Amino acid sequence: MKYLDEYRDERIARALVAELHRRVTRPWVLMEICGGQTHTLMRYGIDELVPRQITLVHGPGCPVCVTPLEIIDKAIRIASKPEVIFVSYGDMLRVPGSESDLFRVKAAGGDVRVVYTPVEALKLARANPQRQVVFFGIGFETTAPANAMAVWQACREGLRNFSMLVSHVLVPPAIRLLLGSPHNRVQGFIAPGHVCTVMGYREYEALAREFHVPFVVGGFEPIDLLEAISMLVAQLEEGRVEVENQYARSVNREGNRPAQAIMQEVFEVCDRKWRGVGLIAQSGLRLRPEFAAYDAEKIFDVAEFSAEEPAECISAQVLQGLKKPVDCPAFGRRCKPESPLGAPMVSSEGACAAYYQYRRVATVS
Amino acid sequence: MSDRPKPEFTCPTPLPSKGTILLGHGSGGKLTADLIREIFLPAFQNPILARLDDQAIMSVDGVRLAFTTDSFVVQPLFFPGGDIGSLAVHGTINDLAMGGAQPLCLSAAFIIEEGLPMETLSQVVNSLHHAAESAGVQVVTGDTKVVEKGSGDGLFINTSGLGVVPEGLCLSADQARPGDGVILSGSIGEHGIAVMAVREGLEFESSVASDSAALHGLVAAMVAATPTGIRCMRDPTRGGVSSALNEIAAQSRVGMLLDEKTILVREEVKGACELLGLDPLYVANEGKLVAIVAPEVIEDVLAAMRSHPLGERADLIGTVTEAHPGVVAMRTLIGTTRIVDMLAGDQLPRIC
Repeated sequence: MKYLDEYRDERIARALVAELHRRVTRPWVLMEICGGQTHTLMRYGIDELVPRQITLVHGPGCPVCVTPLEIIDKAIRIASKPEVIFVSYGDMLRVPGSESDLFRVKAAGGDVRVVYTPVEALKLARANPQRQVVFFGIGFETTAPANAMAVWQACREGLRNFSMLVSHVLVPPAIRLLLGSPHNRVQGFIAPGHVCTVMGYREYEALAREFHVPFVVGGFEPIDLLEAISMLVAQLEEGRVEVENQYARSVNREGNRPAQAIMQEVFEVCDRKWRGVGLIAQSGLRLRPEFAAYDAEKIFDVAEFSAEEPAECISAQVLQGLKKPVDCPAFGRRCKPESPLGAPMVSSEGACAAYYQYRRVATVS
Repeated sequence: MSDRPKPEFTCPTPLPSKGTILLGHGSGGKLTADLIREIFLPAFQNPILARLDDQAIMSVDGVRLAFTTDSFVVQPLFFPGGDIGSLAVHGTINDLAMGGAQPLCLSAAFIIEEGLPMETLSQVVNSLHHAAESAGVQVVTGDTKVVEKGSGDGLFINTSGLGVVPEGLCLSADQARPGDGVILSGSIGEHGIAVMAVREGLEFESSVASDSAALHGLVAAMVAATPTGIRCMRDPTRGGVSSALNEIAAQSRVGMLLDEKTILVREEVKGACELLGLDPLYVANEGKLVAIVAPEVIEDVLAAMRSHPLGERADLIGTVTEAHPGVVAMRTLIGTTRIVDMLAGDQLPRIC
C-alpha cells in the first residue's frame, strides 16, 4: 500500500539505524510527544534498534490518557441519563473514572455508542429528535477541527438535541511546562505529526528558541520515526537548534488554515486539567459563549462537578517522561489492560499499554 | 529526582473488576477466557470440556463423534459476503472441522424479536438452508422462540453440529511441539472489516466482503495429505489470528515466532485497519484456519491446501518455539521482534 509499505521496509530501516550509529557520539534523551508515535516505537521495537546512548522517553500525547478524571465522571453521569444517546470514540469507553467507566454504563442500560467521526453523532441527532445526543469531544488539535465542524453544523441546522462534552487539550503548553521543570531531562523532541498537520509548526519554533531545544516533526511509521530520531541526533551532535520537518508528506509550516479557522470560530483557549499532570494554564479548548447551547456541561448541569485524583501517582511521571512504565511497581502485575489502574494502561496509545502489549517478555518475565 | 521524597505509589482509579457482564466478556479475548475459567469450567468440570477445544470429541460404540454449538448475534443481519444464516452454518461446521471432523447434521434454533419483518426471517432461513446444502449437511432439528420487543436484537441463531472424526486422527490445542510449523490458510481480517463497514456509526466505503465459508472440505484435503502430521487447527474468528494462536501457545505450553511478512492482508483490509487504528491480527475471520503441523509434513500440507479453492493462498507464517512458552512473538516488517498479545476485550477504533 502506497505511503505505508515503503515506510515499513527492513532495508531502509537498517540503513537508517546504521547511519544513526555512525552519527551518535554522546548520550541524548529524546521524547516523542505523541502517543501514536509511542505505539509505533513499541510495536516495532525501535527503542532497541537505536544506539545505547539514545534514551527515548514518552510524552504526554495520548488523548485518552490525559483526559481528566472529572471529565470521565461527567461523561458517565450524562451517559447514564435515560434521554441521552452518548456518542464517543471507541477507546474512551474503557477509561476508568472514579467509580465506573462508559462500558459499565452501557452494561447498566445506558445508550453509549461508538463512532469514528462526530459527523455520525450529528446523523444520530437528526434521526432521534426525541433524544439528546451528546458527543464526547476530546483529543488534541488533531480531533478539534472535526469536532468544531460538528458543533458549527449543528448550529447552522438548528439541531436542538445535539451537544458536546468538550475536553480538548493543546500540545505546546504541556511541552512548555515540561521544559520549564527543573527535573526536565529531555534534550530534543519529536513533534506530533498529526497535530502539526492541523496547526503547522510555528508554535514549536517559539519553544525551540525559548528553551534552546531542537524539534523534528515526525510521522507515525517506523521509518518516519527512525528518520526523525536521526535528524534530531544530527542537530544535537552538530549543536544546531532548529525545527525540522520529517513528515513533509503531511505537514507544512502553516498547517491547515481552514481547519484552524473553524477551531477558532467555535472554541476558545482555556485552562485545563490533565490527568496525571494537573492544571496547565491555557492548555485546553472550550466552546465559545456563542455556542453555549451546544455545551453538554451546561445543558446537563455538571459544570461544577469535580473529582480529585491522588496528588502523587506514577502516571504523572510517565506522562512527563520522568519515569518509564516498567519503573512502576504495579506494571504488569496489579495493573494490566484488562484491569487498568491508570489511564496510560487503557488506550493502545498509552505508554504503559504499549509496553505491556508489545514488550512484556523483555520487561516483566 | 534523588533529592525528592519518592512518591508513594497510589492507585489513581481502582475499579472493581467483577460485578456485571460487559460486552468485552464476549470478545473472545482475555475477559472471555476469564469467564470460562472462573464460571463455566468449575460448574461443568469434565475431561472432554477441559480440553477447551472448539468441539467435544467422544467415542460412541467405536465411532468418534464431534459435537459443537455456537450462537450467532451479528449486527447487521446482512453484510457483504454473507448474513447471519450462512454464518450460522459455516461457524458451526468450522468448529467441527477444526477437530478434523466431517459434519453430519446441524440443529438450528431461532430467537426472534417481536416485530422482525417476516421477509427478513425468510431471507435468513433461505440463506441458512442454501449454505447447509452447499456444505452437504442437513438441518435435522430446530427450535423457535419469540421474545418481546426490546429483549433481543432482531434475530439470534444458535446452531449445534454433529460430525465424525476419522479413525486415528486426534487434533487438540495442547499438541503443538517446538519445531512445528504454523500455517495460515489465506488473507486475514475480511469478515471483521466487512461487518464493521456496514455497522451503524462506523459506516465507511469498502469493497471488502466477508470470507465466511465452510472449511471441512479444505480440512479433508489436509488430512488426506498427512493423516498424522497435523497437531491442531483453529478457525481464527473473534479475536482473530492472535487469539487463536495465543490459545494454542498457552494450552501446549510452547512459544511461537511468526513472520509478519508472510501474513497476508488484502490492501482494502489494510486500508480500513489503518483508518480505524485496528491491527488485522485481531480482526475476525469466518473462512480461514490456522494449523500447527509437524515439521516434516509442512510442504505436503501446504501443497494440499493450495490445491483447494479455500486454501490457495495458504502459507507458513511461523514456527513453534521452546522459548517463551505461552507467548506469541512476531518478527516485524523492519526485522525487530514484538509480542502478539491476546487482547483484554474488543479492539476499539482509536481516536486519532
